[in-house]
Amino acid sequence: MTRQTAGVLWLTGLLALAAVSLFVGVIDMAPGDLFADPEALRLLALSRFPRTAAVLITGASLAVAGTIMQMLVRNRFVEPMTAGTGQGAALGILIAVIVTPAAPLMAKMALASATALASTLGFLAMVRRLPPTQPLLVPLVGLVYGGIIGAGVTFVAYQYDLLQYIDIWMTGEFSGVLKGRYELLWIAALVAVLTYFAADQFAIAGLGRTASVSLGLNYGQVVLIGLVAISIVTALTVVTVGMIPFVGLVVPNIVSRRFGDNLRATLPLTALMGGALTLASDILGRLLRYPFEIPVGTVFGVLGALVFLWLLYSGPRHAK
Amino acid sequence: MIRIENVSFAHGAAPVLHDISLDIPRGGITALVGANGAGKSTLLSLIARLAPLQGGRIVVDDLEVGACRSDELARKLAILPQTADAAPRLTVRELVGFGRYPYHKGRPGRDDHAKVEAAIAAFELGALADRPLDTLSGGQRQRAQVAMTYAQDTDYVLLDEPLNNLDIAGSRALMQLLQHLAREHGRTIVVVLHDLNYASAYADHLVTMRAGRIAEAGHPTEVVTADMLRDTFGTEAGVHHVNGAPVVLV
Repeated sequence: MTRQTAGVLWLTGLLALAAVSLFVGVIDMAPGDLFADPEALRLLALSRFPRTAAVLITGASLAVAGTIMQMLVRNRFVEPMTAGTGQGAALGILIAVIVTPAAPLMAKMALASATALASTLGFLAMVRRLPPTQPLLVPLVGLVYGGIIGAGVTFVAYQYDLLQYIDIWMTGEFSGVLKGRYELLWIAALVAVLTYFAADQFAIAGLGRTASVSLGLNYGQVVLIGLVAISIVTALTVVTVGMIPFVGLVVPNIVSRRFGDNLRATLPLTALMGGALTLASDILGRLLRYPFEIPVGTVFGVLGALVFLWLLYSGPRHAK
Repeated sequence: MIRIENVSFAHGAAPVLHDISLDIPRGGITALVGANGAGKSTLLSLIARLAPLQGGRIVVDDLEVGACRSDELARKLAILPQTADAAPRLTVRELVGFGRYPYHKGRPGRDDHAKVEAAIAAFELGALADRPLDTLSGGQRQRAQVAMTYAQDTDYVLLDEPLNNLDIAGSRALMQLLQHLAREHGRTIVVVLHDLNYASAYADHLVTMRAGRIAEAGHPTEVVTADMLRDTFGTEAGVHHVNGAPVVLV
């Protein structure tokens, strides 16, 4: 399967899923109602469309952020939500809630992005000191590091009696998404789109510092731009819908194994696949225990792990 | 010509290079040899702007390293990275294509595509062009990287201990590729080598380093002697001559 056919297939799948998503929910609504019932239109505009858009943006931008992080760290087993970026964002928003509860949402967001970036820089500084012969140490260090920051967040939240907030940030799910409560995610979508202009730079950075310098790239600047993009996407996701692990890990690995690391060609595919798989998980989570919901992170974790295992053990890699 | 003037370098408090001045001539293969810790790789990374200059000047033709734009230098001088690094999931053509990045900055034109195809043809990679690098042998991968450097179209190519992970067939093949680059395409090769016999067999110009200073420089037949081995490498080894070229008995 070429990249083009895969792209068309995934886009078709994504559109089909989006259509399904618009008509799945506790309130019964059929496509025909849109023309007959003004309430149906209101439901669509207030809840169903925002939710579908939020899921697609989150899935796509997290998959892109995961790809960039894996290129910059030069390790395929890291992703922002498990390596400290997500936890750093939660720490930032917690500090904002405690210190300046009256600050506008954008200011809180900026603080969350800044702590996410600081936390990611800390991770990168640690990883650079690890022996390159032990690639599996990198994700392990990330898990421990993220765990420590996460524990700090919980501790501070406990002290200030804010544990219920923590739950919202630490477990991602989309049931609370309504018009007016998710629009910040469009910034994440914009950032993810903008990274495409630096696709070549990130791909070259993935070849290592020597190759980057040899090709005249300002390596430090590319790494910093990438980390800022990752931090903004992660912080916006954590604050708006909560932490959603695995998307940034599984999707980039699937795409890389099948279609390689030439990001200019593969990033759109990564975004499509991230959006489609996350939306499929969200729809499943809505249907499995209807009318109750299973958080999207749980569904994706199970599905993603299965897909990942199948991929690791299945035959031809990088069919082009 | 690469002109190195009064370059000193220290890792923290430990001095690595002491006031080095050296001219590396244009054309041919220049090999940097010396005992471990003599500062060869440090000197190479300074020329390649992989480490910042602390004192002194390095000028490549008319470009001063550190003062000129990095992308400008990238059209004059390339560094061949170690292949021991995890192979990226790129096809040979994609990798060679990145060699044109200093020219097109992400928008390859017809000329860039032509240069990539020429590099693939020049290094006989046609049959492998659409294969991903991680399915190639170490030797083939190195050939692809040399082709990328060729596509980068630089007058100078630097390599830091490229034979480290290669067997004798791979080592000879790479040195012959470098010789081909130098002789047929007029590129200047600067290479840090461990093995004196490879250095004297392939280099046109040999520079030895000892404890952060340049010890000897000249044609391998003049430089490789039993005295030099004792002084620079601290070992008593005999030197024979086979067809006029020095061979160190190990």
